[in-house]
Amino acid sequence: MSAEQIHSGLFALFAIIACGAAIAVVMSQNIVRMAFWLVMSLGATAGLFFLLDADFVGATQLLVYVGGTVVLLIFGVMLTASGPYIRIRMSPAEGVLAGGIGILFLAMVYSTVGAVNWENVSSAASPSGLGAGVSEGFNASSQGNTTRPLGLAFIGLRPDRDLGADIHSPLSTGYLLPFEIVSVHLLVVLIGAAYLARAKRRSDTVEE
Amino acid sequence: MEVGLNHYLFVGAVMFVTGVICMASKRNGIGVLMGVELVLNGANVNFVAFARYTALGLDGHVIAMFVIVLAAAEAAVALAIALNFYNNHLTIDVDRGDELRG
Repeated sequence: MSAEQIHSGLFALFAIIACGAAIAVVMSQNIVRMAFWLVMSLGATAGLFFLLDADFVGATQLLVYVGGTVVLLIFGVMLTASGPYIRIRMSPAEGVLAGGIGILFLAMVYSTVGAVNWENVSSAASPSGLGAGVSEGFNASSQGNTTRPLGLAFIGLRPDRDLGADIHSPLSTGYLLPFEIVSVHLLVVLIGAAYLARAKRRSDTVEE
Repeated sequence: MEVGLNHYLFVGAVMFVTGVICMASKRNGIGVLMGVELVLNGANVNFVAFARYTALGLDGHVIAMFVIVLAAAEAAVALAIALNFYNNHLTIDVDRGDELRG
């Protein structure tokens, strides 16, 4: 069995799990089962990332998404699912309408995306302009792992690009400033979320 | 069969469309949040696939990391809003939140 066959087989497995679980999230009426199918879909997406040589992004997907965000959503389900509201049904007519619109929308999106020949686009973009410093793209499978280049990109260094080649480009290719903005943003968001979700005393009980 | 860019783009398109349908059709507020997560994941699949198959390179990985972090922040704030909605209305049904209807 060649490596390409293994890659194709694993891609088919992960793609079917990811798409099928995503469809099951929509079809399911029970909020707890929706959370379970969401975990399956996000985990299979992490598998797709590993297949695409994005090992650090895949590991982060497993840690932050499957381990953090979904647990947060499940806590939300636990705190809000009371009695009759654990399953809020939509009528069958609405379901048929949503399915029809979804199929039409998918046909539109994929026919638009599939009409573009991406090999031509990428090769036309690279000889001049922003992609000038790219030698042969980024081939992570020949370079081992992506952890070190990603860490260097976050502190503003790009060893995978020749920055001297496009010195006239006004854009920086490092990501130090967005990294700092995102870190401060995350701190503000967590403080704000804790402030919003804190246990408030209701005003009518205070007056009594 | 050789797996190419278009196969990954199709997976991303399916996740995006299911997320949009989930956001539009679910009446449970937490279900709407799950639709948002699916949409962001479809976008992430596209970014990482373009990083692998075109000249986007490492930038695609960096953007995917930012999307993951911002999705986590969005989930935290949206969950706090959903809890406040539940405290005020004693339900999570988004159809009940119609006080601002003109």
